[in-house]
Amino acid sequence: MPEIRNYTLNFGPQHPAAHGVLRLILELDGEVVERADPHIGLLHRGTEKLAETKPFNQNVPYMDRLDYVSMMCNEHAYVMAVEKLLNIEVPIRAQYIRVLFDEITRILNHLLWIGAHALDVGAMTVFLYAFREREDLMDCYEAASGARLHAAYYRPGGVYRDLPDHMSQYKPSQWHNAKEVEKLNANRQGSLLDFIEEFTRRFPKYIDEYETLLTDNRIWKQRTIGIGVVTPERALQLGFTGPMLRGSGIAWDLRKKQPYEVYDRLDFAIPIGKEGDSYDRYLVRMEEMRQSNRIMQQCVEWLRNNPGPVILQDHKIAPPKRETMKEDMEALIHHFKLFSEGYCVPEGEVYAAVEHPKGEFGIYLVSDGANKPYRLKIRAPGFAHLSALDEMSRGHMLADVVAIIGTQDIVFGEIDR
Amino acid sequence: MFDIVYQYLPYPLAYSLIILIKIVLLVVPLMVAVAYYTLAERKIIGFMQIRIGPNRVNLSIIPGLNLLRGFGQPIADAFKLMFKEIIIPTNANRYLFVIAPTLSIAPALAAWAVIPFSETLWVANINAGLLYILAMTSLGVYGILIAGWASNSKYAFLSTMRFAAQIVSYEIAMGFSLVGVLMAAGSLNLSEIVAAQQGSVFHWFWIPLFPLLMIYFISGVAETNRSPFDVAEGESEIVAGFHVEYSGMLFAAFFLAEYANMILVAALTTLLFLGGWLSPFQGMGVLEQWTAWIPAPFWMFAKMSIFMLLFLWFRATFPRYRYDQIMRLGWKVFIPITLVWIVVVGLFILAQLPPWFDSTPITTALASR
Repeated sequence: MPEIRNYTLNFGPQHPAAHGVLRLILELDGEVVERADPHIGLLHRGTEKLAETKPFNQNVPYMDRLDYVSMMCNEHAYVMAVEKLLNIEVPIRAQYIRVLFDEITRILNHLLWIGAHALDVGAMTVFLYAFREREDLMDCYEAASGARLHAAYYRPGGVYRDLPDHMSQYKPSQWHNAKEVEKLNANRQGSLLDFIEEFTRRFPKYIDEYETLLTDNRIWKQRTIGIGVVTPERALQLGFTGPMLRGSGIAWDLRKKQPYEVYDRLDFAIPIGKEGDSYDRYLVRMEEMRQSNRIMQQCVEWLRNNPGPVILQDHKIAPPKRETMKEDMEALIHHFKLFSEGYCVPEGEVYAAVEHPKGEFGIYLVSDGANKPYRLKIRAPGFAHLSALDEMSRGHMLADVVAIIGTQDIVFGEIDR
Repeated sequence: MFDIVYQYLPYPLAYSLIILIKIVLLVVPLMVAVAYYTLAERKIIGFMQIRIGPNRVNLSIIPGLNLLRGFGQPIADAFKLMFKEIIIPTNANRYLFVIAPTLSIAPALAAWAVIPFSETLWVANINAGLLYILAMTSLGVYGILIAGWASNSKYAFLSTMRFAAQIVSYEIAMGFSLVGVLMAAGSLNLSEIVAAQQGSVFHWFWIPLFPLLMIYFISGVAETNRSPFDVAEGESEIVAGFHVEYSGMLFAAFFLAEYANMILVAALTTLLFLGGWLSPFQGMGVLEQWTAWIPAPFWMFAKMSIFMLLFLWFRATFPRYRYDQIMRLGWKVFIPITLVWIVVVGLFILAQLPPWFDSTPITTALASR
């Protein structure tokens, strides 16, 4: 009698559903997954070690490149850790701006997630709908920081600059005539805050659009209900955070449980799931987008009425204005010192975590009193989620593995670091 | 029309020549239709997804006037595929690997032989036309099975297994829904099936055979391996499935076969359920007079394009079924429905339900007995 063996399938790293560079060794019995063994490290860039060689203020851009779909939230955890070590209080306006951009980032991340997840399950239109809105949010990033992806906008002590008073405009070109350009520029006439406010007004309708395509779709439900079920107890044991944990029914959200910045002043709700399957996690994330939209509205409202400084006025930590640099010797020295040597941070160790779109994103920072971190440890939520892939996909079919990778919202920048 | 050929050439030669001419006249427009169907797909899905779709390759003769932006795309694609290297994997079975695309495209084109576009427009008018089409579309499976096997790739192999199972189960549902049509029309000849639907839009078989129409078309989507039943291709699961190792013209052959099959399913649905080339205004007095100048094939193509659009619409809307869910749908939903509806159609015929079943060959035979 011939020996019956399982079918081993090398899934990735070059695979359309591998979300980057995931390499899975799947052991299949027919189509049923017996074992899923994720291999990581293909996007390892040594961020933690690199951070030890750079002054504290120069590490911010590395953080953007960790989870490269929720850039500013990564920065947030890092600057919070540095601020904790320095023991400084950030200006209130900067805190609101940070919260605003954290929520923009959350929507950015969830939009990419819903697009990629739906694409994995085979519905491709949502992907392009989501990118339409991402475009607007990317424009917000660009208006505030000058970069669309890797913003480096948060700085220890505040944010790089105040929100601009006007949005950049489209210009007529070979592809868009003056009339089309006028239409494109219609919501760009005011300040960035006007642009964001206009966006928050139309965004709930867009979420409804995605939901029309998916929420009641029988095929979508068949593909996600009962797939990758995680019980609340198991979710806690596995170290799940964020929507993965809330999908299992545990109302844990750092924005509520350990409020940082101004989250305790804002009104928002934490959606939780019931069954702990892919469908519940989908619903949780959809509702989170609506809640983020609410938070954005509140932030815009506050920011409009409360001008003020957006970064610390202590020039030992935050650089002075460029104009003063041209006339003021002291400012020039500060500037030079900050951008060459940086600043020394008191000895000690801190852990700062934010509610990242994917879960708890934490930075553990050890300082030996020098101008560079002694050790930087990144707690990436995706890492814990990916480790549960085997458990979640066992006994499901090959197509479900793809759906589970999708529901985990995995990005390799943060897992491989 | 071909009398001249018969005059100057001996009969067998003339006959073959005429057949050949007919085949060319069928296949060339079909290939053009396939090419532009791919463009239509990209454009239409593009509009559904708020993007533009291909718009760079121009066919415009006057530079600067870009009314037909993107219309050269299929030609450009064809050129690209023609000049692309055909890579044959080291451990693949060379002969089967090369033969598989041919096995896939040949039946897809051959099935078109019996499709009538009007009362007089066809390549072959054979008695068992419907059976012939069933046979040809089933033969297409071999191309894909062999492709998956010969590639010697795990992804292709998985896809092949999925495809084989899917085709087997949907062929049954499809066959049963054809049985309904066959009972209603009392013939396997496609022209006669259309002739049995004479009357107006309400005389066509789509009303009494509505569940069968649905099942036939959905099975057709599954049969041609299109979204939401595209598990054999499963972009995000098994990358491209059976043609993952193919490139260049060998890949193009699979591609052409898929689209030719899609158009075929649209044509068949039209012929079997929507009265083929018959005008929807037949017997409607003024409307019939006003539309009398429209040639019959126009109605055929108009009805076909509805189903061709549906193929694209499905693709833009639905997520993909999982393999076992497809099986469940086929065996537990479609086959029972068709079985029940065949009985219902039988009852209709016995009751000589007007306007569909009062003068079909079967009912007249029953009445004269």
